[in-house]
Amino acid sequence: MSEKTTAAQAESSARQRGGDGALTREMFRKLAKRPSAEAIAGESVPLWRDAMRRLVRNRLAMSGLAFLALLSAMAVIGPVISPHDYYTNNLDMTNQPPSAEYWFGTDHLGRDLFSRVWMGARISLTVGLAAAFIDLIIGVVYGGIMGYAGGRLDEAMNKISEILYSIPYLLVVILLLVVMEPSMWTIIAALCVTGWINMSWIVRGQILQLKTQEYVLAARSMGAGPMRILFRHLIPNSLGPIIVTLTLSVPSAIFAEAFLSFLGLGVQSPAASWGTMINDSLASWSLYPWQLLIPAALLSLTMLAFNVFGDGLRDAFDPKLKK
Amino acid sequence: MSAGTNRALLEVNGLSKFFHIGNKQTLRAVDNLTFQVGQGETLGVVGESGCGKSTAGRTIVRLYEPTAGEARFLGQNIFKLKGAKLKALRREMAMVFQDPHASLNPRFSVADIIAEPLDIHGLAGSAKERRKKVEELLDKVGLRPDHAARYPHEFSGGQRQRIGIARALAAGPKFVVCDEPISALDVSIQAQVVNLLKDLQRSMGLTYLFIAHDLSMVKHISDRVAVMYLGKIVELAESAELYGNPKHPYTQALLSAIPIPDPKVEAERERIVLSGDLPSPINPPSGCAFRTRCPYATEKCAAESPAFREIRPGHRVACHYA
Repeated sequence: MSEKTTAAQAESSARQRGGDGALTREMFRKLAKRPSAEAIAGESVPLWRDAMRRLVRNRLAMSGLAFLALLSAMAVIGPVISPHDYYTNNLDMTNQPPSAEYWFGTDHLGRDLFSRVWMGARISLTVGLAAAFIDLIIGVVYGGIMGYAGGRLDEAMNKISEILYSIPYLLVVILLLVVMEPSMWTIIAALCVTGWINMSWIVRGQILQLKTQEYVLAARSMGAGPMRILFRHLIPNSLGPIIVTLTLSVPSAIFAEAFLSFLGLGVQSPAASWGTMINDSLASWSLYPWQLLIPAALLSLTMLAFNVFGDGLRDAFDPKLKK
Repeated sequence: MSAGTNRALLEVNGLSKFFHIGNKQTLRAVDNLTFQVGQGETLGVVGESGCGKSTAGRTIVRLYEPTAGEARFLGQNIFKLKGAKLKALRREMAMVFQDPHASLNPRFSVADIIAEPLDIHGLAGSAKERRKKVEELLDKVGLRPDHAARYPHEFSGGQRQRIGIARALAAGPKFVVCDEPISALDVSIQAQVVNLLKDLQRSMGLTYLFIAHDLSMVKHISDRVAVMYLGKIVELAESAELYGNPKHPYTQALLSAIPIPDPKVEAERERIVLSGDLPSPINPPSGCAFRTRCPYATEKCAAESPAFREIRPGHRVACHYA
């Protein structure tokens, strides 16, 4: 509106002055300077935040993460809030179904299953964390050195990892039992021997691919040492595949623990593992199905949660891979 | 500005870089290069892809280990340097890379990218000083100081190349190898980047080795131009001399490929079209390497390798008939 009126006023004033519609200085005004074309309008988005945004939008992955958060919380507080501890036998109360007194029932020795299940979660999560830690410390560093060094060192280190990979995990555990008491630590020690190999290969492949990138050459031409190039350039750029491999190796470690404990090669009574609980319940599972179903369901759900979360992370870090 | 009147900043003598590629075969990427680059000068290096020009540049900044030869930078043979001395040299030399998308670490912010040479050599005392230097460098290459917190993927190709240039200049080098810095850019952006490089050369007293495969751009920026073919320099002369009076048949062919922005002239001019492909540097032709594609080749060319001789002051050619 105001523009129209000023235009009309300008026109009338022009007519008053000359009547020939000549353009005068007053009819023009300076516009504000246009913003420079070099300015970037959007907010600054680092790559990882972009990935996080995609991850948060992935409902399946987020429900997996929510389950894992809940599981971790219960592993911490579950045994504490339960009115019964996980190891005391109560032979008057064997094989109780879930009730107000025993929330998940009791086992054949009258031990509280609610406490035992969350103690099992502690062991599962500890093994999972240990696997992740070993992957990160041994796998990433070993693979990084293999990939970056190349040549003879790469060949030798690769041969060593191939030899270790060819030893079955079960065999390693059994051999370790010769020198160790069977426990969670046996399983973690066995993971130290073979658990990181897959990760080292993934990292090696990534580094081999990335080390010829021009930004790595640029860093070398500036005088960056191998440590800086490896830990500031190569490994951060391999983080996507590293995180994905990590979240997928955690459930396999958890399953390995449950499986070995089920066979009696892992955690020993009275300590509780989902594997031992499933084994204990097998003899009478048709009579007392909750003894089997609760740990089995938790084990399955945990593995499922890690897998969907890992898939979500992969899609988030590399949207091209998504089908 | 020729090397004759100025002190040479870099003297390269007999530089060779061979790659061993299994089966006891050798790829002669760079074969016996000899040239000088004067202080404050730009030496253009042109040639087809695969002629060894990038390898030569990378060997000079010590990204590759040379097979033979020496390079004297301010008098000292840089191929002999090791450890702390080599690291010190790396402050004096920098490189601008071809692909602005691959030459910046996608996980670094622009500030981290530009400050990397400062971090490596410990040149920025405090975080505040570092930020100040980064902003100065951004300003020098025509970017805004608030770009420092951004990430490479938020920039266009031309802007990224400016970031790459800012990084190359951060440690205050004397000598910059520009490895096809404009080949990956739009034509409209190419001139901007070339002009920026020229401005920086003037204000900071830089010396360039400017590698490209486009003769028209090289003409614009170079004082002297070296033409490479199959790992060797075939002609080296001052820019005007080379473009006005090319002696080597390969140079003549390259020059005839530059289009002239006048349809009448363009329609009438004669182009020298080379037949055949670039021979393999694993098994180069005997005698003159160019003879397989040379319109004037004779038996002498197959038998004898031509000397790189000076036909007039400052103009050297490797051809029997030049």
